[in-house]
Amino acid sequence: MAAALALWAGAVAAAPPERVVSINLCTDQLAMMLAAPGQLLSVSHISHDPNVSVMLDTALGYPVNHGQAEEVFRLQPDLVLAGEFTSAYTVGLLRRLGVEVAVLPVVTKLEGIPGNLRAVGALLGREAEAEAQAAKFTATLERLRRHGSTAPRAALHYANNYTSGEHSLAHEILTAAGFRNIAAEAGLAGGGTLAMERLVMLMPDLVISGQAYPGASRSEEVLRHPAMEALRDRHAAGALSDAEWICGTPAVLGAVARLVDLHDAADTP
Amino acid sequence: MTRLLLPILSLLVAGLFAASLLIGPAGLSPVDSLAALIRGDRLAETLVMREIRLPRALLAVLVGAALGLAGAAMQGYLRNPLAEPGLIGVSGSAALGAVLALQTGFAGAYLFALPLSALAGAVVAVLLILMLAGARGGSITLILAGIAVSALAGALTSLVLNLSPNPFAASEIVFWMMGSLVDRSMDHVLLAAPFIALGALVLLTQARALDALTLGEDAAASMGVHLARLRLLLVLGVASMVGAATAVAGAIGFVGLVVPHVLRPLVGARPSALLPASAIGGAALVLMADIAVRLILPERDLKLGVLTALVGAPLFLHLIYKTRAQGL
Amino acid sequence: MSGLELQDFAVARGPCDVLRDISLSVRGGEFVGLLGPNGAGKTTLMRGALGLMAHRGQSSLSALAPAQRARTAAWLPQAREIAWPVTVDTLIALGRLPHMGSGQRPGPADQAAIDSAIDRMGLQAFRSRIATQLSGGEQARVLITRALAQATPLLMVDEPAAGLDPAHQIGLMETLAAEARDGRTVIASMHDLGLAARFCTRLVVLWRGGIAADGPPEQVLTPDLLARVFHIRAYYAQTDHGPICQPLGVVP
Repeated sequence: MAAALALWAGAVAAAPPERVVSINLCTDQLAMMLAAPGQLLSVSHISHDPNVSVMLDTALGYPVNHGQAEEVFRLQPDLVLAGEFTSAYTVGLLRRLGVEVAVLPVVTKLEGIPGNLRAVGALLGREAEAEAQAAKFTATLERLRRHGSTAPRAALHYANNYTSGEHSLAHEILTAAGFRNIAAEAGLAGGGTLAMERLVMLMPDLVISGQAYPGASRSEEVLRHPAMEALRDRHAAGALSDAEWICGTPAVLGAVARLVDLHDAADTP
Repeated sequence: MTRLLLPILSLLVAGLFAASLLIGPAGLSPVDSLAALIRGDRLAETLVMREIRLPRALLAVLVGAALGLAGAAMQGYLRNPLAEPGLIGVSGSAALGAVLALQTGFAGAYLFALPLSALAGAVVAVLLILMLAGARGGSITLILAGIAVSALAGALTSLVLNLSPNPFAASEIVFWMMGSLVDRSMDHVLLAAPFIALGALVLLTQARALDALTLGEDAAASMGVHLARLRLLLVLGVASMVGAATAVAGAIGFVGLVVPHVLRPLVGARPSALLPASAIGGAALVLMADIAVRLILPERDLKLGVLTALVGAPLFLHLIYKTRAQGL
Repeated sequence: MSGLELQDFAVARGPCDVLRDISLSVRGGEFVGLLGPNGAGKTTLMRGALGLMAHRGQSSLSALAPAQRARTAAWLPQAREIAWPVTVDTLIALGRLPHMGSGQRPGPADQAAIDSAIDRMGLQAFRSRIATQLSGGEQARVLITRALAQATPLLMVDEPAAGLDPAHQIGLMETLAAEARDGRTVIASMHDLGLAARFCTRLVVLWRGGIAADGPPEQVLTPDLLARVFHIRAYYAQTDHGPICQPLGVVP
């Protein structure tokens, strides 16, 4: 144990990495927020997709990679940031090639975000910046957080009538903004498929719809189904689950803030 | 029996239509459901009935009628009970047309762009089949041509969906190949209904010509049947109905095979009498299948084509065996 | 108009003329036997005259609009096709299609024509049988009955006697002859010279794209013509039982 700690301390104490490559949308964001100028070489190509990237303008300043071991290795990184869902094959290959790969967990709790910031800060040797960002996040979240006793009910409605339950970032975002997730009422505390007619019968006060991706899909047609449109027109407020809802980074505060506005508007008729 | 058949089938469709309206995951009581549907007093119930269940039931009727009638008409024209829009690739090609229109954004260009694109896909397939199978579609060539057209249309549909920038598109191959009526809306009804009605009208006017074809092309022509016009109207009628049905519900196979096969003995095998009977029978079959998918796996979107294939494929094999025995 | 008029009639298949320079006039009351070896163009002549295939020159039938022609001439193709298991009644009723307006059901006149045709062909016992389940000969008779039910002034049949047993061959020829006696025109292609000689009022022999002989049986079925066109010699005699023509052997 002591030896392990010493090793950890040694790694941290070592000179910070100078050539960092991020191959995951969420680690892209954390790295761009925290890296010293010139330290971050490349971000994943997904960060250049305006549909899912919250830091598009910043990301456009970096060259992109497609997360393939060969192209990443050619950049000669001394640290690669990957996410939990990055292909284990890619991670293993890079490690065999002698590249240090840090795999960051998927954050499903708002409370986990400061920890994630600090972890990336430590990896990049940017502890002070990370600490500042973490403190700012916690303070902003506390300021935004709504508790009210009469929590309005919100439905998360994604493609294929999927809904998220506990242990999801989306659930955390809407409860932080003072809403109750109707998934629990529907017996889907853990999330799952909620038939549209059941969703309509539950009459949520707010419908948070998944965003539509380019191209067409039948899966997403439910988001614009006339029954959902009518529900939004006549009864419920509407909001879009967009790029800010995807990653466990401070960007979620934007999503919380917009929901809080809806919450407060509902409170003060 | 023949005289009572249409009223009996119509009653069956009416009953199934009502059942389709009353069955759903929301678990509304029948009285509340109908009150909401007719009076529209309570918001949630009314939305469920008018925006979700009514279009679904209406589409089941339209799509079933389209597939049943198109199947009976193709069989009458080719004088072969194996000719079915799904099996010979017409539905698959219509799906390809629809998918192309959706993924290129052409579907949004104007109101009827989607069904028209599916119609165009269906026209290509019907023409190919008529060209390959010849005037009197022999079973072997018909099935072989159908396999080729289906395979090509299926592969191209998969390709288009895989190339789509949309993350969900690729997983929808099964919808386009098997068909479903889940979460359709009145928009889809309005999109499909005109084409299905028009196609039905065109095909029903050819009922007598199909009767005459019972005696072969030469005899039919000598009795005043204009063969070239019949072929043109048949292609357009079938493509219009199958195209519109597939554009909104995906490709649902075997309806056009099972329904005419079951009803043929009941109408005395006359192609003209089989047309309206198959339209109503098709509506009944798709309504039944769509009710069954909700009862069997209420929380999941079980595809209609799965059920129709479970009923239809054994019958198809039986028909192949029978036509082989007759040396067709 | 109950006859058939062909003027300078010719039918080409590809670059070659199958028939050329055919001029033929057939009147009501005639029962014409269309003879000729295989490939002489018997079927082609009838299909061309009906307008079912392209031809040059004039045909009084193909000049008519299809609907009008269908009420003028009934045609029984050689291929005995019955696609669906309909009843004999239903099949024969198809002959009335040219007489019914669109959407119209068979009226009393149609039913009378159907009944009469069935009586003439002696098919009363078969009316409710399924046509596809009958024997080949029975199917042939049912299809001829359909053509009779069309009740047209002109009847063109392609090898109607083929596949029938002797009794039904004779019965059929008697029926066709009776049609002609009633003032209608009957044109039948056939290979059986004996039946042709006994029942037809006039024989037209097609050979090498043209008409080799045309006239009453005794004038047409000469040893010379039979040898030249059919490469056979035959016994021919006028007897108390009517004309007899019995092929005896092949001439080299």
